[in-house]
Amino acid sequence: MSLINEQTRGVFTLFKKEVLRFWRVAFQTIASPVITALLYLLIFSHVLEGRVQIYDDVPYTAFLIPGLIMMSLLQNAFANSSSSLVQSKVMGNIVFILLTPLTYLQFFLAFLAAAILRGLVVGLSIYLVALFFVDMPVVHLSWVMTFAFLGSALLGTFGIIAGIWSDRFDQMAAFQNFVIVPLTFLSGVFYSIHSLPPVWQAISKFNPFFYMIDGFRYGFFGKGDISPWVSFAVVSTFLALLVVLSLKMLKSGYKLRG
Amino acid sequence: MTLPAIKIDNVQKHFGALHALKGIDLTVQQGEFFGLLGPNGAGKSTLINILAGLLRPTNGNAAIMGHDVVSDYQAARLVLGVVPQELVFDPFFNVREMLRFQAGYFGRGKENDAWVDEVIESLGLSDKAYTNMRKLSGGMKRRALIAQALAHKPPVIVLDEPTAGVDVELRQLMWSFIRKLNKQGHTIILTTHYLEEAEELCSRVAMMKQGEIVALDTTANLLSKFAAKNLSVQLKSGHLPSSLLPMLKHQEATVFTLALTELNQVEFALSELRKAGAEVEDIQINEADLEDVFLSLVGGA
Repeated sequence: MSLINEQTRGVFTLFKKEVLRFWRVAFQTIASPVITALLYLLIFSHVLEGRVQIYDDVPYTAFLIPGLIMMSLLQNAFANSSSSLVQSKVMGNIVFILLTPLTYLQFFLAFLAAAILRGLVVGLSIYLVALFFVDMPVVHLSWVMTFAFLGSALLGTFGIIAGIWSDRFDQMAAFQNFVIVPLTFLSGVFYSIHSLPPVWQAISKFNPFFYMIDGFRYGFFGKGDISPWVSFAVVSTFLALLVVLSLKMLKSGYKLRG
Repeated sequence: MTLPAIKIDNVQKHFGALHALKGIDLTVQQGEFFGLLGPNGAGKSTLINILAGLLRPTNGNAAIMGHDVVSDYQAARLVLGVVPQELVFDPFFNVREMLRFQAGYFGRGKENDAWVDEVIESLGLSDKAYTNMRKLSGGMKRRALIAQALAHKPPVIVLDEPTAGVDVELRQLMWSFIRKLNKQGHTIILTTHYLEEAEELCSRVAMMKQGEIVALDTTANLLSKFAAKNLSVQLKSGHLPSSLLPMLKHQEATVFTLALTELNQVEFALSELRKAGAEVEDIQINEADLEDVFLSLVGGA
């Protein structure tokens, strides 16, 4: 039996359209975040390599890479669903999707799957390019994949919420600039939270991005600030909460159907 | 007895204190070419958006081919194609891609491609099939918008002011295609400001005013019921007697146009003019048009 039949074709079509939407402008949606991550890598590793040692046998450059991959993956998963929704709302062409028999769940799944794919493609690209600069071991591939998937799903879902809520581009940009960027920068992308004063260590533990990055990094080195299982539980709980919230918004037709 | 294409029962829509629809009842049979007329703010688009599922009714029910637009929305939307009023488009794709996506959302696959190509050709979009939507002119965007509503070959087609700002050539092309679809059995619901258009195309019309239907009949009946004829008299000298003032529709210099409900009023008008000593230079009797009906129903405060 074919996976695509009359019932599932709608959601596959929307997924395909959402994927093509970023693929057509891959220079902006994939190449540009990869370049940005590489710039961070070059500058920080140049300045800090040999001065900062977080784990005994892990060079700083290697320590930095999982953080950069996760940061870019999260930002791009968010950007994909949020900008697609805001743009089609501002342009008005979201009506073409609202007029179809697609259910709110299918709508959610198609936008989410495309966001996850973009996050993973960006993350994988940075990893592959980083291999030219430094040896990157992967101790627990399953943790790497689990946190890459959960992280892009969480931010993809958050992007759907932000996209539905925002009526204008600047409102969506506010999510990006005042929520996503500060939370990623303060989550341990560039440092271990153990290097922070106790107060900031405690505060960092309220940041869900910390768990995504720490769990992801654990997959590479078999070492982290906390157990990957704790991170897994925290990230899964956050994801579940955001999924429930976004499905509630979509089911009620909030800001989409009057 | 076949199912009605559209059945609307006591549909109300409130936006806060504003009652945009005050209880609409309307049935459109399959195969009809139906016109929905009314001034801006009458509630035409609100009604269409309820049929399309873009708005939810505050009260009442609406069904398309027997499928309730709220409780059975998937089946209802499968049989409905809506051309939105706003000129919206997706800037990432070309015309053919957009149409295939649109058909795909409705579960249609490769078997539908021949129909998509027919729509493209019938609307004169063949040259632009591989052009990005962003690069199309306004008229071409309008054609693509119509094509998108038709991509899944819906039996019921709603066109919300499709000819606003459209040139004559495109209007002709569009109407010959829509007429052809209607002949093939598609039900067409049209909202328009162009009354000649409704008069020419629609077999039945509903006129809306402030959220209510104020007239609903065949186009022919409405025309005969509300204003059978217009009598234009051009006076060489004298004035229009006050007894004729209630019939006066408009005046241009010395040409007075009187609305007649019956043809024998011509005699009355002429005898009143003679009594008043007015000298008639020219007389014309014209068929009333939908605009007269519209104005007499909707135009009055």
